[in-house]
Amino acid sequence: MPVRPIELTNAAVVIGGRPVLRGITLNVEAGEFVALLGANGSGKSTLVRALTRLHPIATGTLDLFGTPAHDFRDWHRIGYVPQRSGAASGVPASVREIVTSGRLTRRRLLRPLSRTDRAAIDDALALVGLTDRAADSVSQLSGGQQQRVLIARALAGGPELFFLDEPTAGVDLPNQRALADALSELKRRRATIVLVAHELGPLADLVDRAVVMRDGRVAYDGEPRSEDDVPDHHHAHLPHRPPRHDHAPHVASPWDAER
Amino acid sequence: MSPAELFSLPFMQRALLAALFTGLAAPAVGTYLVQRRLALMGDGIGHVAVTGVALGLLTGTSPTWTAVVVAVLGAVLIEVIRERGHTNGDVALALLFYGGLAGGVFLTGLGGQSAVSLQQYLFGSILTISANDVLITIGLAAVVIVICVGLSPQLFAVAQDQDFARVAGLNVRVYNVMVAVLAAVSVTVAMRTVGLLLVSALMVVPVATSQQLTRSFRTTLAAAMLLGTLASVGGVVLAAFASYRAAVATGPTIVLLSLAGFAVTWPVGAWLRHRARLHEPFSSEVIAEHEVTDEHPHTHGPDCGHVAVRHGDHVDYVHDGHRHAPHEKHYDEH
Repeated sequence: MPVRPIELTNAAVVIGGRPVLRGITLNVEAGEFVALLGANGSGKSTLVRALTRLHPIATGTLDLFGTPAHDFRDWHRIGYVPQRSGAASGVPASVREIVTSGRLTRRRLLRPLSRTDRAAIDDALALVGLTDRAADSVSQLSGGQQQRVLIARALAGGPELFFLDEPTAGVDLPNQRALADALSELKRRRATIVLVAHELGPLADLVDRAVVMRDGRVAYDGEPRSEDDVPDHHHAHLPHRPPRHDHAPHVASPWDAER
Repeated sequence: MSPAELFSLPFMQRALLAALFTGLAAPAVGTYLVQRRLALMGDGIGHVAVTGVALGLLTGTSPTWTAVVVAVLGAVLIEVIRERGHTNGDVALALLFYGGLAGGVFLTGLGGQSAVSLQQYLFGSILTISANDVLITIGLAAVVIVICVGLSPQLFAVAQDQDFARVAGLNVRVYNVMVAVLAAVSVTVAMRTVGLLLVSALMVVPVATSQQLTRSFRTTLAAAMLLGTLASVGGVVLAAFASYRAAVATGPTIVLLSLAGFAVTWPVGAWLRHRARLHEPFSSEVIAEHEVTDEHPHTHGPDCGHVAVRHGDHVDYVHDGHRHAPHEKHYDEH
């Protein structure tokens, strides 16, 4: 039985003296695809930043792969795709260079790239479909393609556990589909995936479990439900129901149903 | 004096050596500063180092070493203020800019030194550099170059994306402080060559020039180091030849030569970027409607003069604000 990648018990996160997350318990099993959903400011991104240890946990415990987070040093087991508007910085960087930096979780100081490193980088580029853009400057790519570069960077280290913070935000539909293809291949390889999203779009079919955040607490944790199911459980599949297109997340919790 | 005699003079050879190493080291650190969008950090540290030089002049110790110490302290302070996030990076820089410059001039006055002794540090005086100073310059520059090139994968990753680097297990704070210290060291290295007030130019202008033409970080770094060396050595040589006719300061010559390089490459870079934007593929979203162009006497082809842009599995030809896609025997509007 593989070790449980994430075991978060009764955690609270405090930022600048204000409690942002409280009473959060979240266990994620190996191979699970979990979507963290919720409105803006509900704490879903903060939760991912707590799980990646970018924010310290004020109370409660976090174990990663059975090790207390504080002592965890197997960086290469975790891949992180931060929330970004783009991948460009003040100096040009090629797609391949950015993906190569994902190998740093496994490389030692002052060693050149090994053959294994190069193979992993090629594989990561191929998985997101950017092999032919490898030599291009990342600033020449569209926003969606830049997002795929960041995913390839996380992939390059060969991690078992992925955190993706809003990978679909501001990404056009073809790029969202390319992203969904890459993630389904990861899922097929038995990776554990924790994804923050405002809107699932083409990723909806991949999600095993939805965790809905509301005001710093977990409001719902279970089977993902489509938007049509929630407002009225008994008439879930009424034909001709017009699709709802507002700013609310497209997966809702039972709390929403009571309104 | 013939050019051969001029370049056989010891002070000229010392100047060329110092210029070579300064030209290599300053753009190496500068690349990481520009990558973090902290292009003016070198300038801020340069101002702080003025206080260091004044301290050296006041206490009678070597201004080079007091400048190194004060510049490193200032750089770490800038980094701490930036990391704590209470103040913006640029505001932190501004605070130190003026504090350092005012402190330096104030201390020089206290020590009863004339402004002339401070001036050779402010604007550089590479021709008066001593053998001992050349050795220090070479040593410090070598350290800067080795770290900037040797740790480039780590430094690149941290400057590119701090959150990612932290999750990947890199000690981001250590690398940030390291870049700040390296910047401070190269400022003092370049102090004798181009002077504290112009130091930032040698760190930033070669990087700005090389990124007009490059697509990757590695070539930007290498080209910036090459351009920096060309500018600083070329500046010394140019100033030496010009000195037959007029009094020419070496530091400003180096900076102006460097800027001339930028002026030459910028139009090329602008044109390349414009061309890349024209040829950027259109979104591969499927066009729902089938709209055929009117009668079209012109045949589009690889050399027809219209910009060809990839669009999914075919090519669109940009034609007076339209996109014409070949379809059977006619063109579609895309």
